[in-house]
Amino acid sequence: MKILVTVKRVVDYNVKVRVQPDHKAVELNNVKMSINPFCEIAVEEAVRLKEQGVATEIVVVSVGSKACQETLRTALALGADRAIQIEAEDNIDSLAVAKLVAAVAKEETPDLIIMGKQAIDSDNNQTGQMLAALLDIPQATFASEVKIDNGEAQVTREIDGGLQTLAITLPAVVTTDLRLNEPRFIKLPNIMKAKKKPLEVKTPDELGVATSSNITVVSVTPPEERQGGIKVSSVEELVDKLKNEAKVIA
Amino acid sequence: MSEFKAPLRDIKFVTEEVLNIHEHYANLSGADEATPDMVSAILEEGAKFSERILAPLNRVGDEQGCTFNDGVVTTPDGFKEAYAQYVEGGWPSLAHPEAVGGQGLPESLGLMVTEMVATANWSWSMYPGLSHGAMNTLESHGTEEQKQTYLTKLVSGEWTGTMCLTEPHCGTDLGMLKTKAEPQEDGSYCITGTKIFISAGEHDLAENIVHIVLARIVGAPEGTKGISLFVVPKYSVDANGEKGERNDLSCGSIEHKMGIHGNATCVMNFDGAKGFLIGPENKGLNCMFTFMNTARLGTALQGLAHTEWSLQNSVAYARDRLQMRALSGPKAPDKAADPIIVHPDVRRMLLTQKAFAEGGRALIHYCSLLVDKTKKGTDEEQAEADELMSLLTPIAKAFLTETGFESANLGMQVFGGHGYIAEWGMEQNVRDCRISMMYEGTTGIQALDLLGRKVLMTQGATLKRFTKIIHKFCKEHKGNKKAKAYISELDKLNSQWGDLTMKIGMKAMMNKEEVGAASVDYLMYSGYVVLAYFWARMAITAQEKLAEGTEEKGFYKAKVQTADFYYQRILPRTLTHAEAMLSGAGNLLDMAEEDFLYV
Repeated sequence: MKILVTVKRVVDYNVKVRVQPDHKAVELNNVKMSINPFCEIAVEEAVRLKEQGVATEIVVVSVGSKACQETLRTALALGADRAIQIEAEDNIDSLAVAKLVAAVAKEETPDLIIMGKQAIDSDNNQTGQMLAALLDIPQATFASEVKIDNGEAQVTREIDGGLQTLAITLPAVVTTDLRLNEPRFIKLPNIMKAKKKPLEVKTPDELGVATSSNITVVSVTPPEERQGGIKVSSVEELVDKLKNEAKVIA
Repeated sequence: MSEFKAPLRDIKFVTEEVLNIHEHYANLSGADEATPDMVSAILEEGAKFSERILAPLNRVGDEQGCTFNDGVVTTPDGFKEAYAQYVEGGWPSLAHPEAVGGQGLPESLGLMVTEMVATANWSWSMYPGLSHGAMNTLESHGTEEQKQTYLTKLVSGEWTGTMCLTEPHCGTDLGMLKTKAEPQEDGSYCITGTKIFISAGEHDLAENIVHIVLARIVGAPEGTKGISLFVVPKYSVDANGEKGERNDLSCGSIEHKMGIHGNATCVMNFDGAKGFLIGPENKGLNCMFTFMNTARLGTALQGLAHTEWSLQNSVAYARDRLQMRALSGPKAPDKAADPIIVHPDVRRMLLTQKAFAEGGRALIHYCSLLVDKTKKGTDEEQAEADELMSLLTPIAKAFLTETGFESANLGMQVFGGHGYIAEWGMEQNVRDCRISMMYEGTTGIQALDLLGRKVLMTQGATLKRFTKIIHKFCKEHKGNKKAKAYISELDKLNSQWGDLTMKIGMKAMMNKEEVGAASVDYLMYSGYVVLAYFWARMAITAQEKLAEGTEEKGFYKAKVQTADFYYQRILPRTLTHAEAMLSGAGNLLDMAEEDFLYV
């Protein structure tokens, strides 16, 4: 069984992000970048399936500039077998990414595609769903447990009310939630082996996909800083302020 | 309470931007794998391991300490699991040859990872640290068979190593050692004697422990010329290369000590244990120096580790703790008081730590590049690197541990009374750091080694190797207006270094005691000049980056500002040391022994 896993290079989760002065984007210069934690979980899951003898090959894909090769190497060090970088700008929108991955999936014909449920930079949570639609295959999102058996995936999903278990036929798209697994620490020899594993570069043109965007970012604003509180002199004043200033009671 | 973040940015600044490590690797034989992306990936993973696995165990190690029960030593909770993960990750093998299962990466890259590991949890890091020393000794002096037998298991981390030198009646003066080695018919030796202060001598992290032991073969000459080196495993090795029968050696007890509680400091009894000679008979001390140099650089690193740890935690506290107002008026008017980082004296303490942490880092990694060259350089490079290392090793060891302790103390002071409370971790840092000025040769011994053996015995030739480098650097940057303040001061101190050496050399010809009397001031003076050289280099690199235009203005500006602080507030200490070292031996030796006390 072949598994395709997608990974995205994002601002490291430990970094306190800052907005650029022109409010067009988050500051990415000299900021530590890492593999998106949900994607890391996706790679880990694929590697575990391979270790269990369920999967035979893991292909990892990333869409982005040359820098994302570093992220692909991380995935290779975690245990993926080979990598494909689709050379594109770093901020293309989810639909374009889904189309590019769909084109790769048509070439690779994986039995299972595992993706992070969302990337922690833009928090879109839509690429996996779009990809499943484009490929017209089943999807199971927010997975906290995945079992493969007889051409079928049993996926436990984290939903608002609790857990839901779906059975979907393969090939299918599964997106990962945080509780699916805890990614391993990478071993030193595997970092070195990762460098020797194949990494192929493809362009959107080669895949016949246009990456033009239908979305324009109007502005990016940091959360408002918390204002200092004040003391009120009476209950009446408090009620008045809650009613008329904060407008939290009618 | 305390936290640790691997100083990746600063390690990169020092190694890549100041010391041009990638150029160094490109020219170093066998360093093909150490490409920039590889180095970066390895450092990232090393940082992750240090921050997430080791740092949280630092306080546990201190509170629980090691326990001893009938020869068995149990390490604190989590130490064993962390070690298993370290081995699983392949980290012990980083800088060892591929022939014995290593990754064959440069020693200097190993030291970058070790810096993070050591800072996160010094006591824990001593277990693999001692193994590393034992491995280096076997690599340099072991027979092929010994390498295959012991080295492969040490490189994989399945077994750990120790170095057994000290005995109850001799530490510094190894010529007095008594442990006896009797030759056996099968070519092995029967080792009998007691060793003390053996770090990692017994523990539960690994299934076997390989002791490297200094002992005297029966009939060998007295003194240092009759000492040989042996490998003595806790369990003999069977025909398949696996752990066999228990050897006749055991841990008699562990010490109760001021700090580094997580590391077992053992009394080791060798009761007719089977050992094997390493290197030639009676040349044990020479072979041992291979280990000693690694160990001393490792201890220098300990000074840096405690400095960095202290800096990180005291800066965080100083930015958070509200107390008093700035003298010039409130800096945080919306708060009950200003954070204490506004106060000049708190800044003096923070900047002192910063100057020693970042300056020390430059010195350590500079030395590590020299270690690369002593192992893999051309003949000419090896000779030069050996000579520079022989000069810089005692300086790095003593100066960085002395300033490490000063920094740990200042870090605790920043916390005020809370620094004295265990929960904050600052007093542990002071206690853990304190031993670094004693083991692997005290500051006094390092100072004698520097001034006596390295400088005066070579008629200043070894010193000149390094002062020439500084001289050349000053000449190169003479026209650099922005760096003028550093260069003129550095140039002056550098030539004064030579002058002071001459003066002491002259005095020593009249009275040998002058060497001992001047030595520690001489060493500290040397340390300040060496760090001044690295601060000048770092400031110039930072100024260049600022001139080119950079997104990291704050980072580079702070480098220049710390250099200014170092030159203006720390370097004046050289005046005191210069005056003191020239004041003569009389003020130390004239007093009669019986007049020291009136009780």
